[in-house]
Amino acid sequence: MLSLKEYQTVTNISGPLMLVEMVDEAKYGHIVEIELGDGTIRHGQILQVENDKALVQVFEGTRGIDVSKSTVRFLARPLELALSPDILGRVFSGLGEPKDDGPAIIPDKLQDINGSPINPYARDYPNEFIQTGISTIDGLNPLVRGQKLPVFSGSGLPHDQITAQLARQATVLGKGEEFAVVFAAMGITFEAAQFFINDLQQTGAIERAVMFVNLANDPAIERIATPRFALTAAEYLAYDLEMHVLVILNDMTNYCEALREISAARKEVPGRRGYPGYLYTDLATVYERAGRIKGKKGSITMVPVLTMPEDDKTHPVPDLTGYITEGQIILARPLHRKAIAPPVDVLPSLYRLKDKGIGEGKTREDHADLYNQLYAAYARGKEAQELATIMGEAALSEEDKKYMDFANQFEARYVSQDYYENRTVEQTLDLGWELLSMFENVELKRMDIKLIEKYMPKFRKTKKES
Amino acid sequence: MTQARQGTIIKVAGPVVVAKGMAGARMYDVVRVGKLNLIGEIVELHGDLASIQVYEETTGIGPGEPVTDTEAPLSVELGPGLIESIYDGIQRPLNQLVEAEGEFMSRGSAVPGLDRKKKWHFVPTVADGTQVGTGDIVGEVQETTLLKHKIMVPPAVSGKIQKIAEGDYTVTETIAVCKADDGTQTELKLMQKCPVRSARPVTKRLAPDKILVTGQRVIDAFFPVARGGTACVPGPFGTGKTVVQHQLAKWVDAEIVVYVGCGERGNEMTDVLTEFPELKDPHTGEPLMKRSVLIANTSNMPVAAREASVYTGITIAEYFRDMGYTVALMADSTSRWAEAMREISTRLEEMPAEEGYPAYLAARIAAFYERAGRAQCIGSPQREAALSIIGAVSPPGGDLSDSVVQATLHVVKVFWSLVGRLAYQRHFPAIDWLTSYSFYKEYLRTCFEDKDKGDEMEQMTIRAMSLLEQEAELLEIVRLVGAEALSPRDRLTLETSRSIREDFLHQNAFHKVDTFTSMEKQYEMLKTILHFENRSLAAIDAGVETADIFKLPVREEIARAKYIPQEETDKIPKIRDTIDEQTRQLQTPAVT
Repeated sequence: MLSLKEYQTVTNISGPLMLVEMVDEAKYGHIVEIELGDGTIRHGQILQVENDKALVQVFEGTRGIDVSKSTVRFLARPLELALSPDILGRVFSGLGEPKDDGPAIIPDKLQDINGSPINPYARDYPNEFIQTGISTIDGLNPLVRGQKLPVFSGSGLPHDQITAQLARQATVLGKGEEFAVVFAAMGITFEAAQFFINDLQQTGAIERAVMFVNLANDPAIERIATPRFALTAAEYLAYDLEMHVLVILNDMTNYCEALREISAARKEVPGRRGYPGYLYTDLATVYERAGRIKGKKGSITMVPVLTMPEDDKTHPVPDLTGYITEGQIILARPLHRKAIAPPVDVLPSLYRLKDKGIGEGKTREDHADLYNQLYAAYARGKEAQELATIMGEAALSEEDKKYMDFANQFEARYVSQDYYENRTVEQTLDLGWELLSMFENVELKRMDIKLIEKYMPKFRKTKKES
Repeated sequence: MTQARQGTIIKVAGPVVVAKGMAGARMYDVVRVGKLNLIGEIVELHGDLASIQVYEETTGIGPGEPVTDTEAPLSVELGPGLIESIYDGIQRPLNQLVEAEGEFMSRGSAVPGLDRKKKWHFVPTVADGTQVGTGDIVGEVQETTLLKHKIMVPPAVSGKIQKIAEGDYTVTETIAVCKADDGTQTELKLMQKCPVRSARPVTKRLAPDKILVTGQRVIDAFFPVARGGTACVPGPFGTGKTVVQHQLAKWVDAEIVVYVGCGERGNEMTDVLTEFPELKDPHTGEPLMKRSVLIANTSNMPVAAREASVYTGITIAEYFRDMGYTVALMADSTSRWAEAMREISTRLEEMPAEEGYPAYLAARIAAFYERAGRAQCIGSPQREAALSIIGAVSPPGGDLSDSVVQATLHVVKVFWSLVGRLAYQRHFPAIDWLTSYSFYKEYLRTCFEDKDKGDEMEQMTIRAMSLLEQEAELLEIVRLVGAEALSPRDRLTLETSRSIREDFLHQNAFHKVDTFTSMEKQYEMLKTILHFENRSLAAIDAGVETADIFKLPVREEIARAKYIPQEETDKIPKIRDTIDEQTRQLQTPAVT
């Protein structure tokens, strides 16, 4: 093996950045090890090289690094993760080092954590329905394998419960295939991480899980690497070990803030709210690693969680995320206050790929028409609700009252369910019909008349009897 | 041949690399960077220093590595084999890359854009001895069942044709020789190369005169785009920009469709790739793929190649226009293209204008859209063609004051404004009828052979639009004082505009009948809705309660007219007879 070059030529340190001079053979994107005067080791990545100067971002922060005694070793390789089937059931740090009491991983292979983009031609279209047991997702925004469905949340909203419920309940109908959960924690609290770990332990899913944990008090810059480690592990599990992987990234807002910190330290021209102009591209290199590949059995389904500052959907982090992912689940504070759980804000929540994942042979033939009709009716009901708050219920027309009644029932029965209630897709669909049975056929414009004739009578009858 | 110019890398910062020893290199020439042979393009020159934007990921590249100048600008290969292809931003065939290098993109690959081995059957249309010049058609290749690929004389070549012969050729084999007056001989091939950053010239530009029929009701009837026109679709995420673009790519009445997926989702490109070969062109009945060229530079692929992808697409589109075809180019999304420009600009440490975008943003956007148009093409036989551009814009937070939206609105003639409010109600396409506009509305009437029908259609759309305007005002009143306060006529206006919205403007892209509506059917549908309004007005004047009118069973038939197949369009006028019958019964109270 080549002897590694060592330098003691650190000249500038500012924020998370460090400048090393008189180096040769420094390559963009490669990693370095920094040995401090007291023998502790830190890690960094080369952000820019110019002639013999290398600009390094230090993952663990620059506190305690001095310019005279620190030694920098250029490792001549990009950041890599050691992979073998033994990673299942293990907990790693945000930099991919074992954090539990287990031994180091003896690698089957080392993989660059940046990965490579999937050739669009090699992608397989996501069309396998995943049943999550949550009506608002299964009925209205169905999840399919290989998609990315972020949860847009806010401080104080129960996104941890929802992601835990997803990890617990997500199954593909009629198939017993190998699955795994990869969990990346970025800057979340010990409590939040522990809640998730406990939940996995209770269900026994922990043995099929890989965790990368960077807590709120861990170095912020490390967070930039954490989701990439997690996705590298996920790609290995999905494409080498042929498993179906659910990746949960929590919380992407913290990731973006770390990115902003680096950008500010580099004195780059800031974009909106101080985030770097390349935030979109950077997020895309994380999110677009979800998917399926033709001819491979495994898949990567991604659920990133992000907290919207002040519940503002136009904040750059949710905004750019929404432009990359194929939909989103938005949590609403008003519903949460009404104790409707999970408080999914149905109208702005959306999922783009659903149409190929549902219907006859996948879920049921009436699925598409049903959610279109539910959406339309609920939107109308919401308008009526608003009208009622302005002018009082008395001012509503009969029709508006009916729609408002529908919206209230919809929230109480369809949206609201227990975090441990696992509804089958049939239950969810039937519930939709039951709620719609208060309308006449003429009012159900979004539905095929044949479907109404086939499914509705059952529910009209039960209504009359009661 | 002289040794290619070689420089040495001195700086690497993300996608931008600076090399020294590049004196004599030209701006925008393509270079090969580093030991991995990455593709890059010179974007700045300072003495012997050249800044290069690299089209591939630069991890592992460092100072001291070589840079080789190819001394040619970024070009695309044009010839048979383009149709049904899927390329990345710099025309590398993605399907062949999968075979050659696997499912993930690797770096430094150099697979040519056109297949070198495939033989095409060439049929000359001129004889030996014909005097030809730039742009003249010398023969044809039947590329797909839908398309005759015209072989044209490349730029700056003229003379007498020799040795032209029918036969099977690869794209690099000589099909004829062109002998100029001064004796120089040029070998003509099926393929020619063309730089992407400058527009291909035309003889004469012409004003648009016809509507590009898209089969989307809200677009064709209210905000049509012309053949050779430009349109933009801005909207926040989740409002269906991509679905609109896909719908246009599928159903637009063009002979060639170039679809540029610029910095968008990988799964969406897969959607196009799996759907297009299966869908049938409503105008010819052939699979849509046989008229499509796809360019996919997804968001996680390198940004510099994303910047180039739009130019690659438009150059290919222009090439087909030069053959005399009607071409439509969809770019999804131009915001990602602008962001790529911004990223490169930042790395070059240029002084930014608004929101960090470079000062030349507006000029680049304008120059891009200006490459659209109807034109008389260069060369003989004389031919006219049109190239339309439809660009999606993704403004941050849906804010239309965004630089990219504003720069785009300066140049485009059609504006389809997608709004979240409609999307949340699942009213798709979520095109806001109150803020959108089109400058091509006057050509709507030419869509109908029958002139009276065209005039009537125009009158009807004006009527429908004014109803929708009134609705917006009336809804304000309802919000203040309640629906009870409205007069019966106003209530009818509200119901009619609801009907226009739900039964005409709303269109389900995923319904097999509703996804495309012919002009003829649009006419019948709108006429029926307005006919109901007319008859109802008469009924109201005769003292009938509005509630009774709104309960008429014929309204369900009006609502379901959109699901009547195109071939059965003649069923729609019969709905009007039912309307007459049912409203008449209202006015003549049943004899007790």
